[in-house]
Amino acid sequence: MPAPEWLRIRRDKDVPAEDASLWVKCPKCSEMLYRKDLGDNAYVCMRCGHHFRMHAYDRINLLVDSDFVEIGDHITPGDPLGWVDRRPYPQKLEADREKSKLSEAIVTGFATLEGFPVALGVMDFNFRGGTMGTVVGERVTNLLEEALRRRLPCIIFTASGGARMEEGMLALMQMAKTTQAVERFMSDGNLFVTVLTDPTTGGVSASFAFESDIVIAEARASIGFAGRRVIEQTIRQKLPDNFQTAEFLLEKGHVDMVVDRRQIRDTLVRVLDYAVDRKRLAPALKAVPEFAGA
Amino acid sequence: MNVIVEREKSLSALESRIEALRERDAGSDEVKQLESKVEQLRRDMFGNLTPWERVNMARHPKRPLSSDYLAALDAFDELHGDRHFRDDPALVGGFAKLRGRRVVVLAQMKGRDTKENIRNNFGMVSPEGYRKAKRLMELASRFRLPIVTFVDTSGADPGLSSEERAQGEAIAACLVTLAKVEVPVVASIIGEGGSGGALAIGLADHVIMAENAVYSVASPEGCAAILWGDAARAPEAAERLKLTAADLEGFGIVDEIVAEPIGGAHRDGARFVEKMLDAVDGALRLLEPLAPDALREARYQKYRRIGAWHDDAATRAVSGA
Repeated sequence: MPAPEWLRIRRDKDVPAEDASLWVKCPKCSEMLYRKDLGDNAYVCMRCGHHFRMHAYDRINLLVDSDFVEIGDHITPGDPLGWVDRRPYPQKLEADREKSKLSEAIVTGFATLEGFPVALGVMDFNFRGGTMGTVVGERVTNLLEEALRRRLPCIIFTASGGARMEEGMLALMQMAKTTQAVERFMSDGNLFVTVLTDPTTGGVSASFAFESDIVIAEARASIGFAGRRVIEQTIRQKLPDNFQTAEFLLEKGHVDMVVDRRQIRDTLVRVLDYAVDRKRLAPALKAVPEFAGA
Repeated sequence: MNVIVEREKSLSALESRIEALRERDAGSDEVKQLESKVEQLRRDMFGNLTPWERVNMARHPKRPLSSDYLAALDAFDELHGDRHFRDDPALVGGFAKLRGRRVVVLAQMKGRDTKENIRNNFGMVSPEGYRKAKRLMELASRFRLPIVTFVDTSGADPGLSSEERAQGEAIAACLVTLAKVEVPVVASIIGEGGSGGALAIGLADHVIMAENAVYSVASPEGCAAILWGDAARAPEAAERLKLTAADLEGFGIVDEIVAEPIGGAHRDGARFVEKMLDAVDGALRLLEPLAPDALREARYQKYRRIGAWHDDAATRAVSGA
């Protein structure tokens, strides 16, 4: 199978400076890691198990059987508020496109996982801190609607600093938009799984991230509604180290499971196997030309 | 310090002088002259407010609060608690009658004084408050009672214990429930609409906003702190966030604006509350004939449209405006 377009984009074009070096230092244990080994280990530190933040396309590469058919990439951001802070918003977007090689903070499409056809969305913190502007809201909604039409399970990996300030209330309203799409999708009996990766906060945590059938937290991810600093200012005391970690949330009963990144693919396949009736998926497989070969 | 309150102080000296003169001779030319001078000053001061001034208006200590709206209903019987943990006084709900119609009401409760504010956590709702709201939304849907909400909060409670009890999930669950309910939902933004904590009871078929209320993705102070590391630049942030009723009507986020008297709703609080209840009544009148499916479809499409993005495939800009 030919390498998908995105792979060529990632590998051949200039990569960000910190990406180009052969060695990477683990921010947790300071171990120097050989980049290729780190990539082969799903960007998990070989020494201490620290989970590096991951590029959306690397993440997709780690999950899917073969091809990933991207949809929604034609939906691109505008500048509804004419926003300027230190720089105009369109300039920030352009810089992030350049830096991340992404057109927005989420990539959506279809793929198969161990033969299971799924609708897959992966957010990326490299683009505007994974914030949800109208494009993220629109792409998530579009993904859920397309998945509903085909009656496919939907899996979304979240990584988000919350609603995108530069799009003001239009960004906040994406919580309402995506929620309605989730509600329609799930009411029809389709499986929705979210995988909360580092970090998942604010408006995304208060909408589709926690609206799914199964909420999986990636090991050591920071997950919560309010920012840590805001809480510290409110209660005027220092928070425990494990506060708002995946493991803390598991203990408090907020997530179904905490999974090491290297086991997430297998875990998702098992969840699909338990929850999805393969017979129900047969028509979807036939109806979607992308899966003809699956 | 509230910039509106400060400005009102400069008027009050003049007003008390008029009051003193009026006691002596109500019809004198001097009284009439002074009265028209005060009116002119008031129009100059409050006639054309900046976004930051509206933020201060929305937080004015005398502004009508949810408690005033609840008191003006034909009847209200509070229903307490989330059945799991606690009754959150920051979000009050229950059965009510509004212009003779049976409804379920949900309201965010800022306090009138320090004592009330401490009890109500300054109107910042905790997860158990949202879970109570969700319970009452489901109750309303089961018994075909319209849902009427009053939004007035600086934001969801950002405390340690709220995080321990899954604040994000609690808000998300309210949103899902409002997406699902088969009855009309009318939300009124009466003061401050603080981000997700406000939206949790603000996803509605019809959104009404008081003229000087504000509704924002982030507080101006928080926004300024993030952008410039300086909360003192909040007035500038307020300008950029597009948080006024007129801005939001332009975006298709707010459906109706209720005008306030010059100087703000608190200048004639009781009358403004009635005006707002009339607007709610009018909206319900239009929504009630709709069948549940049509209602839910309209609600879906209303939010489906909101946003501004480019569709490169269609090479056209799509906008909620």
